[in-house]
Amino acid sequence: MLGTNSLVSLNNAGIHRANKWLVRGVGLSIAPGEIVTLIGPNGSGKSTTAKMILDVIQPDEGSKTSREDLRVGYVPQKIEIDWTLPLRVDRFMSITTRLSVAEIDENLERTSVRHLKKAQIRNLSGGELQRVLLARAIARKPNLLVLDEPVQGVDFSGEIALYELISEICDELQCGVLLISHDLHVVMAATDRVVCLNGHVCCQGTPDAVAESSEYKHLFGERAVGALAVYQHAHDHQHLPDGTVLHADGSITEHCHPEDGHHHDHDHDEQYEEKSNV
Amino acid sequence: MFDDFFVRALIAGIGIAVVAGPLGCFVVWRRLAYFGDTLAHSAVLGVFMAVFLEINVMVSVFVVAVLISVLLLFLQKRGGLASDALLGLLSHSALALGLVAISFMTWVRIDLQALLFGDILSVSKLDLAIIWIGGLVVLGSLVLIWRQLFAATVNEELARAEGMKPDRANLIFMVLMALIIAISMKIVGVLLIIALLIIPAATARRIAVNPEQMAFLSVLIGVMAVGGGLFGSLQWDTPSGPSIVVMALVLFLLTLFPLAQKLRSKQEG
Repeated sequence: MLGTNSLVSLNNAGIHRANKWLVRGVGLSIAPGEIVTLIGPNGSGKSTTAKMILDVIQPDEGSKTSREDLRVGYVPQKIEIDWTLPLRVDRFMSITTRLSVAEIDENLERTSVRHLKKAQIRNLSGGELQRVLLARAIARKPNLLVLDEPVQGVDFSGEIALYELISEICDELQCGVLLISHDLHVVMAATDRVVCLNGHVCCQGTPDAVAESSEYKHLFGERAVGALAVYQHAHDHQHLPDGTVLHADGSITEHCHPEDGHHHDHDHDEQYEEKSNV
Repeated sequence: MFDDFFVRALIAGIGIAVVAGPLGCFVVWRRLAYFGDTLAHSAVLGVFMAVFLEINVMVSVFVVAVLISVLLLFLQKRGGLASDALLGLLSHSALALGLVAISFMTWVRIDLQALLFGDILSVSKLDLAIIWIGGLVVLGSLVLIWRQLFAATVNEELARAEGMKPDRANLIFMVLMALIIAISMKIVGVLLIIALLIIPAATARRIAVNPEQMAFLSVLIGVMAVGGGLFGSLQWDTPSGPSIVVMALVLFLLTLFPLAQKLRSKQEG
């Protein structure tokens, strides 16, 4: 799984905070030109995993390796600009990279928001902001583009257009893409590989292979099969608001990790079989 | 021309305003007003240390301010009290400790009025040199870390993800804050330093559309406040430090009139 050519890879990585594992045992790699999509319910560790990839937080367990020439372009989930900070779109474009006026125009044009060049970031609508964030990230000419729910606040037709744009850019720049998403149907259309998280990697593979596998149906339910199915998560365990985990058999544990007693058909479960049936 | 006390006061004040402008913008953007206030209050403790250890006041104030900010970072990381409560605790403890400690040293007389509100009219040529050299060091360092610090101000995660090293920029910024407090304490006093950092920046915000423009405007506004305040204090025999702050406030109130709005909307096209 961890190819030598991969831009960045996580190996059995985990983040431990306040006596809890937010995610654990994550193995994941992204190759140039590949679109990898992370899916999973709220609190499943999607953003935490992305932060490990981005070097924003260091794994407490396992490791992260990245290619030396890794150049990241990051589209955060949201960005809040305080009223006290005057910041126009054109200035925002170059906060981490020096850009010429032509480069700024060209990249804003690409995401169809050039007309907003002189607008204050604070005044943009959700969809406009996402397009500006994307323009800023690609203007860096990254070889890894990380997008945290990039279609938030974008209407449905805009959503599809934005996803098409992302895959176009990926082709053109030959950059790897890590996409964090809630929408299963669009994910299935654009992505090379899907990674399903729920505190750990539930399953991963090509969309077709994943969609046809019995594991997938087991994890996502029959309704998720088919390109335009509505995404609903039907895991065998549910994360409760207080961070504990409710399992299919009704038991409640601190974590959803193998030793806590959960019931996926993964090989890593076997070694814990005795414990998990307690 | 440096022989005239009023000219010296003017040049010293302008020196502080030039540095306080851009630094104050970051204080406003990053919501560090209370943090700055805490550092400023700790200067009283710094003054005590200077007398007690017989070292230079500026050096002592600088060292104490850096120590307080390190202590603050440490306590924040440990968790427990919320940030603002922690700042309130440190701020007033440092101030009170300093005042109590000074009162024990009956053999020295410290002009409390000057300590709290500044004594710009007694600036010496040496003070002037320290202010301008120190000020240029602060300004130069700020220019060097500007991109990194600004990226971290907009979004720390984004800055970190795209290789901007926000931790280092934040640390340097903290040292620069301690430095400006050390060099400007004598001029505007412990209680008014933060006003000089914040009011010109807040005034500039009402006109500016871009961060660099805001920094530049806050320098202009700070210089106007110093000039106007000093002339006012000469004219009406009012205390000089507070007069500068009152002048800054007047400039801020002026931007509430429609003209400032027009200036801004023109540039947003």
